[in-house]
Amino acid sequence: MIRAEKIFKSFGDQEVLKDINLIFEAGKTNLIIGRSGAGKTVLLKILVGLYGPTSGIVWYDDVNFTALDKRKVRDIRMAVGMLFQGTALFDSLTIEENIRFPMDMFTNKTQKEKLDRVNYCLERVNLTGVNQKYPSQLSGGMQKRAGIARAIVLQPTYLFCDEPNSGLDPKTSLVIDELIHDITIENNITTIINTHDMNSVMEIGDNIALLHDGYLAWEGNKEEVLTSNNEILQDFVFASPFLQKVRDLHT
Amino acid sequence: MNIKFIEHLGKFLVWMKLVFSKPEKMSMYWKETMRQMNDIGIGSLIIVMLISTFMGAVMAVQISYQLGGQLIPRYYVGYLVRDITIIELAPTITCLVLAGKVGSNMAAEIGGMRQKEHIDAMEIMGVNTSAFLVMPKIIAAVCVVPLLVSVAAIVSIMGAYIAAVPTGLFSGAEYIQGIRSYLETWNIFIMYVKAIVFGFILAAISCYQGYFVKGGSIELGKASTAAVVMSNIAILVADYLIAVLLTS
Repeated sequence: MIRAEKIFKSFGDQEVLKDINLIFEAGKTNLIIGRSGAGKTVLLKILVGLYGPTSGIVWYDDVNFTALDKRKVRDIRMAVGMLFQGTALFDSLTIEENIRFPMDMFTNKTQKEKLDRVNYCLERVNLTGVNQKYPSQLSGGMQKRAGIARAIVLQPTYLFCDEPNSGLDPKTSLVIDELIHDITIENNITTIINTHDMNSVMEIGDNIALLHDGYLAWEGNKEEVLTSNNEILQDFVFASPFLQKVRDLHT
Repeated sequence: MNIKFIEHLGKFLVWMKLVFSKPEKMSMYWKETMRQMNDIGIGSLIIVMLISTFMGAVMAVQISYQLGGQLIPRYYVGYLVRDITIIELAPTITCLVLAGKVGSNMAAEIGGMRQKEHIDAMEIMGVNTSAFLVMPKIIAAVCVVPLLVSVAAIVSIMGAYIAAVPTGLFSGAEYIQGIRSYLETWNIFIMYVKAIVFGFILAAISCYQGYFVKGGSIELGKASTAAVVMSNIAILVADYLIAVLLTS
């Protein structure tokens, strides 16, 4: 479980996050949604420690992550996997080398054990036979899956995904969503996804937090999205006439 | 301007502490250091040899021209070419060229990794990116630059022979007598001190510029340029300081 407690963040005079209090549960896909510029990415980066909050605390289970020194932060990060918006796969390494990288860096496994684990992770994300390819030789969806494989290779306790569906077609987006959701349940991972993809919200949103102008505007789950009267949520989720019709049909 | 310089200097020194912290896994750092040594050493060998050849050739021609008609033995050309090459031109010119070739490459490589979130990805894995991305480059530069400077010195002295002897500026025997005269091994020591210091400067400053780049491709270009300009200035300042310290 990860808990954000009274998080404030400013860049100069600009207050980007205001009093964010959230709990992200283990074994569930926790979604942070909101319009562009709402503060989603800043919150995610604070949760993983890439930014420090101006004030407030991030708890990883019962550890005060915000107060840790760099060395202890690195220890926690051994239990963290992250899928980046642009995948952040290393261009000069093959897919196999990319996925193996965290094991090369932090484990003393034999080459065979590493290869077995790489192959298992690739199989898990339905991406076999691409070991020797470079990231640029794969499609956007395949790169995302390779990114997920790298994120789970050290069996993380916490998984962060920044816009996992950006740039993907709806069908591939569903595949990625389901993959993340299944991995979360299988391994009882605390998964936090930063998205503005409504398909993801309705498919895998176990817990949903809506950010608006830097503050927490709404919290709930995918069923409650349809029944909530929160105006900001309604404006955001049912922005298109098509989705408004779907809501009307549902209600 | 001064405040900004002091701010950068402070940030650089604090960052150096992170750069030289204990590696997570020695074998990974070793592999990366070997790769960097190959990139810097083999990758720069041709350009260093080419520049050194002409450097020696020009020196031989110009020293002959300046000493011509004076009551100075011709073999002095060889002696002067050798000492100027060893003390000054081989380490300084080679490192100024390397700052342009290797330094801009280092800044662009690390800056590109910053922009493509590769550095963030490594940080989240728990990697000390300052150490993993920068320490191997600095160690490789400090080890390989002296070797390149040695090659530059030898090739420059040979370049002077190739340019001047066939054209009749002086005879081969005179030149060889010159380069074998009055050799001070202390000068060779100065050359290696300069090579090591300049190697550190060009790698550290270039990596610093790349590591802290912010923004897009225009900023990356600026960082790459700044890496070359700052390295060159720092090399020339260090050149002066070493000259004062080791020759006074």
